[in-house]
Amino acid sequence: MKQSLRKFKESYFLYSFKRDKVAMASFVALVFFLLLALTAPLISPMNPYDANNIDIMNSEIPPAWNDMGMDEFPLGTDNMGRDMLSTMLYGLRTSIIIGLGAVSLQATIGILMGLSAGYLGGRMDALLMRIADIQFSFPYLMVAILISAIFQLTFGIGRYEELAVPLLIVIIGFAEWPMYARTIRASVMGEKRKEYVEAAKVIGLSRPVIMIRHVLPNSLTSLLVISTIQVANAVMSEAALSFLGLGMPTTKPSLGSLIRSGFDYIFSGSWWITIFPGILLILFVLVINLLGDWLRDVLNPKLYKG
Amino acid sequence: MFAFILRRALQAVLVMLVIGLIGFSIQSNIGDPIRPLVGERVTPEERAEMAEKLGLNDPFLVQYGRFIKNAAQGDLGISFIYKKPCTEVILKHAPATLELVFGAALIIVFVSLPLGIYTALKPRTILSKCIMGFSTLGVSIPVFLTGIMLIYIFAVTLGWLPSYGRGETVDLFGNGYWNSGMLTIDGIKHLILPCLSLASIMLPLYIRLIRSEMMEVLETEYIKYSWAKGLSPMRIWLVHAFKNTLLPVITVFGLQIGIMFAFTILTETVFQWQGMGFMFLEAVQRADIALLNAYLVVVATVFVMVNTLVDIFYGLINPTVRITGTK
Repeated sequence: MKQSLRKFKESYFLYSFKRDKVAMASFVALVFFLLLALTAPLISPMNPYDANNIDIMNSEIPPAWNDMGMDEFPLGTDNMGRDMLSTMLYGLRTSIIIGLGAVSLQATIGILMGLSAGYLGGRMDALLMRIADIQFSFPYLMVAILISAIFQLTFGIGRYEELAVPLLIVIIGFAEWPMYARTIRASVMGEKRKEYVEAAKVIGLSRPVIMIRHVLPNSLTSLLVISTIQVANAVMSEAALSFLGLGMPTTKPSLGSLIRSGFDYIFSGSWWITIFPGILLILFVLVINLLGDWLRDVLNPKLYKG
Repeated sequence: MFAFILRRALQAVLVMLVIGLIGFSIQSNIGDPIRPLVGERVTPEERAEMAEKLGLNDPFLVQYGRFIKNAAQGDLGISFIYKKPCTEVILKHAPATLELVFGAALIIVFVSLPLGIYTALKPRTILSKCIMGFSTLGVSIPVFLTGIMLIYIFAVTLGWLPSYGRGETVDLFGNGYWNSGMLTIDGIKHLILPCLSLASIMLPLYIRLIRSEMMEVLETEYIKYSWAKGLSPMRIWLVHAFKNTLLPVITVFGLQIGIMFAFTILTETVFQWQGMGFMFLEAVQRADIALLNAYLVVVATVFVMVNTLVDIFYGLINPTVRITGTK
């Protein structure tokens, strides 16, 4: 343990991290956002999910620095009379949960498919990669929108909104798995001809063991890089679906549905309902993208979609 | 080569059959095919008779076969909202979406080419760094937010441009199908904001793509030779380097134009643009299964056809593609 810690301290990874101010700033910002999301129920001034706290008379109050603002609501209130700050914190939390959940699902499906395709080869490979190719030829956002529309009609709107979080995870997870499958397969194809795999075969390890214990860890670098970008993509997809009314309901808003509900009020001058969650969403995605760019440059795997 | 084309075509047909199956199972499981025809107020006996007449009691495969046969002839059922054949409804909405994509593509071409070339030629100037920084930021802004911000700035605050709808349109061929907004000043004013916001997703990617391709070309031997030969910088950059940058850029552009169609759904929602995406969401909200299905089938057909053609075209140019597909 101690040795690996020292190894980390002397690594090129940490060295280049310390030298890159953008990477450090975005890392700090990301940790800050994650903390905000994690502690949202503790730090937010009110619980926006609890109807008892909401007074419709408080709706559309501008931010506190505005003449019409109230100190009680630092960033104003939305059209239902919820405190914007609290609603945004809860929204960020929902967006992050869905983003991480969807990426874990994508990674699981993608790794299983990619590993079996790359290692087993032959018919299995051809079949799995054909499926991935075909899905890849449709834009993932289109796939996500179509699946969620179908789900909404199957479950009915009420039931869909109740189950929105797990359903969105499934939808976004299924819409984007080919990316993982392809990356893993490409990496496994490169690894499996190396000598350590031969050695593992010779000492009689079984195929699943070689695949999971030996080949997979050596493919992790490229996984890490696409994972950061995929989290940003998943958060964006969720926001897009919610904006279209196919995602989180306005009673339990994510950042996307908050923007949607504010959009109806932008013409009457209530810009803060849309703009604040919008800025938070942009910042969050930007920070992940910046970190992803930096990771890609440092780890420099050859397989990146460009 | 013939075998390759045949294989790709077979695969396309197979994909279409699978998509047809998905569409068909949606239609037969969620939708009630009798409702759009007769409305709600019909006795159960009449409904049963109707179901028998429509062949809803036939075995699954027979019904699926009929669905495919009808779809192949362009008959995708009748829309519940519009009370018209779905194919007609989609055809009437398609021009709006096409004009939107066309406008956005124009913006992308005319903005990303000069910016991409400039950042490649002068990577260290402040302007280049600003452009690159802006493109990193641009990737992180969702397209609907760009749209909303454009509306807030140019329509609500400044009042320069209209914020929704298509404005005045002209019936292009006199048969009511293609209502173009590109021929009137009002129509073009309505096009500007939606096209800008649609272009905003692709613009950063193209600036980066053109930049990196151009920088790569500038390192090649023949460019060094042109310098040694004493050609003027403009001629080297714009005639010799730029030409070879274009090929990969055009390829990517062709492949990515499909992604723009996915994003039109978002842009059309923001700007209340009466195109296919807007129609699709209307169909979802009002549970018009037939129209939703028709949209799915039409969009999938277009994608499969374009992809197959691109693949075959590639096979013609680049023989290695034909071999890797074999195994």
